[in-house]
Amino acid sequence: MSEPPVLELRGLRKRYAVGTPGEVEVLHGIDLRLGRHEFAALIGPSGSGKSTLLNLIGLLDTPCAGELCLLGEPTRALDDGRRTSLRGRSIGFVFQFHHLLPAFTALENVLLPAMARGRRPTMVQRQEALALLEAVGLGPLADRKPYELSGGQQQRVAIVRALAGRPDLVLADEPTGNLDTQAADAVFALLRRLHQERGFALLVVTHDPRLAGRCDRIVELVDGRIRSDASR
Amino acid sequence: MLWFEWTLATRLLREGRAQSLLIVTGIAVGVAVIVFLTALIGGLQAQIIERTLGTQSHIRIRAPDEVARPLRAGTGQHLLSRVDQRAQRLRSVDQWQSLVAALAGFAEVTAVSPLASGPALARRGSASRSVALMGIEPAQYTRIVPVPRHLVAGRWQVAGNDIAIGAQLAAELGAVVGDRIRLDAGTGRADVFTITGIFELGTRELDARFVYLALRPAQALLDLPGGVSSIDLRVRDYLQAEAVARRIAARLGVTAESWMTINRNILDALAAQTLSSNLIRVFVALAAAFGIASVLAVSVVQRGREIGILRAVGTQRAQVLRIFLLQGAIVGLIGAALGSLIGGALLLGWDALGLARSGRGAFELQVTPALFLAAAALATVVGMLAAVVPARRAARLDPVEALRNV
Ligand SMILES: Nc1ncnc2c1ncn2[C@@H]1O[C@H](COP(=O)(O)OP(=O)(O)O)[C@@H](O)[C@H]1O
Ligand SMILES: [Mg+2]
Repeated sequence: MSEPPVLELRGLRKRYAVGTPGEVEVLHGIDLRLGRHEFAALIGPSGSGKSTLLNLIGLLDTPCAGELCLLGEPTRALDDGRRTSLRGRSIGFVFQFHHLLPAFTALENVLLPAMARGRRPTMVQRQEALALLEAVGLGPLADRKPYELSGGQQQRVAIVRALAGRPDLVLADEPTGNLDTQAADAVFALLRRLHQERGFALLVVTHDPRLAGRCDRIVELVDGRIRSDASR
Repeated sequence: MLWFEWTLATRLLREGRAQSLLIVTGIAVGVAVIVFLTALIGGLQAQIIERTLGTQSHIRIRAPDEVARPLRAGTGQHLLSRVDQRAQRLRSVDQWQSLVAALAGFAEVTAVSPLASGPALARRGSASRSVALMGIEPAQYTRIVPVPRHLVAGRWQVAGNDIAIGAQLAAELGAVVGDRIRLDAGTGRADVFTITGIFELGTRELDARFVYLALRPAQALLDLPGGVSSIDLRVRDYLQAEAVARRIAARLGVTAESWMTINRNILDALAAQTLSSNLIRVFVALAAAFGIASVLAVSVVQRGREIGILRAVGTQRAQVLRIFLLQGAIVGLIGAALGSLIGGALLLGWDALGLARSGRGAFELQVTPALFLAAAALATVVGMLAAVVPARRAARLDPVEALRNV
């Protein structure tokens, strides 16, 4: 039997404000498969439902209809505790705004997913986190707090945090949206390099056609439907 | 086990220093008030009880009142519906010597002292005062009321015709140690006694009326040959006096009254005071709890995004809940430690103030490690309870909502 895809969506729907006069359906039945080690871009106009889709995939939100399988495991019926631990184990997030904890150093922020499992990070985990920080050029800044880092540096810490737990799937919602072109290029190149080294699957939302063009696959979302899906 | 929660709680508290300080201060003030109040009121009550018990026995065995029994007809109907209370005349406790032996056999009883007491007139020169004769066996009686400790003149020698009288009485009679006074109990027998000691028990009524003399001359004056009017007892635990008195009454068939019955009004007043101080404690704790809850609630709102990050990286709701509960408990504990220090300092100051005013502590404050431990436990629990509502809100926070880009 072949390995299941990292991600498989079947008829996924999402409505907001259900049961109120303002009820809207944002995603109208999404079908999508993402194989292991894929490097895919999710593009589309603002308000087309990209963040909503990413939040559903990341198990931060629940769909109203359809099924969402992570690593072959259906997730609709899982309770919040299971979804949370599945998220912690298998998914890494990178948000547009770096979203680091201000009370923790860069290294501690990277170790946060490991810490959330309730145990003090092991020596191996610490060394691996440090090595990753070094790999992205932040080795000397590992003990700095987020406010002591530049925007690009913070985003690199966030990327390292998303990868440190060796997730199967990395979800990045406009990771370079808040950076200047140069920093954005650097962050994107970094994602590309780490993807090559570590082989996770990546789904990255971006507005930048230049960056989308550097992905292996481009999924276009318009008005809550997949308009096009092209691999290069 | 709670390593993660503990790490997060302490970090968040340290990061939000101003807020943490605000809560800790609030708790510290509350705990200080409670510690100070408890020690003060405990001391005050202990002093009142000590004053009361310093001059009286824990239990008094008396000859039963003479009860006028209504005549009954053979059918059991009352012939007389009105019963006149007879004037009480001094009567002896039946077979008191064997009763003393029996009372000494009770494990809880630590001292037994027979007493022949009654009213008399004391005369010196042209001055006369009505007094209370207290005929005692000094060795026994002083184990119940330590009169020798309260002597202000002379020495403690109560035997034969040597007596000790209260300071107020001595002043009113113009008598000093070595003077002789005449005691007359109105039974046709009167005698002259020598004052060997003057005491001040601290209760005006007693210092103006008490005359301690040996049992035998008292029996003679009061026309109680070989008898005693009551037997005084001391028990191991004065708070158990009522229970012991009941057991003695039931077992020996005598009238036994505890100090708690005799001083019912004092005990009622103390109970009322305890109630009001408990109310104050409850309200202080409530005020502190609402303070903690509101500051933590604000902190949950401010930290929405951080909570969202935590949830996104795999932190369970229960962990988020515990992180905020722990914050409540930690500020509670720190506040309690600080409050105990402040309360302790207040108590020391109070003590020094009393010392300066009267030469001795205003009164013995009841400061025990248990008090501080209880305050710490209370503050921790209150802190945790106060954190319940904000913590639940934090745990239920929708991570999508919290992480929505701004
Ligand atoms: N909590 C919500 N309640 C109601 N409408 C929402 C909510 N979140 C998002 N939407 C709507 O859903 C649509 C898609 O939003 P989003 O997924 O953020 O789009 P994108 O990320 O592609 O810009 C938008 O029209 C937005 O207004
Ligand atoms: Mg978006």
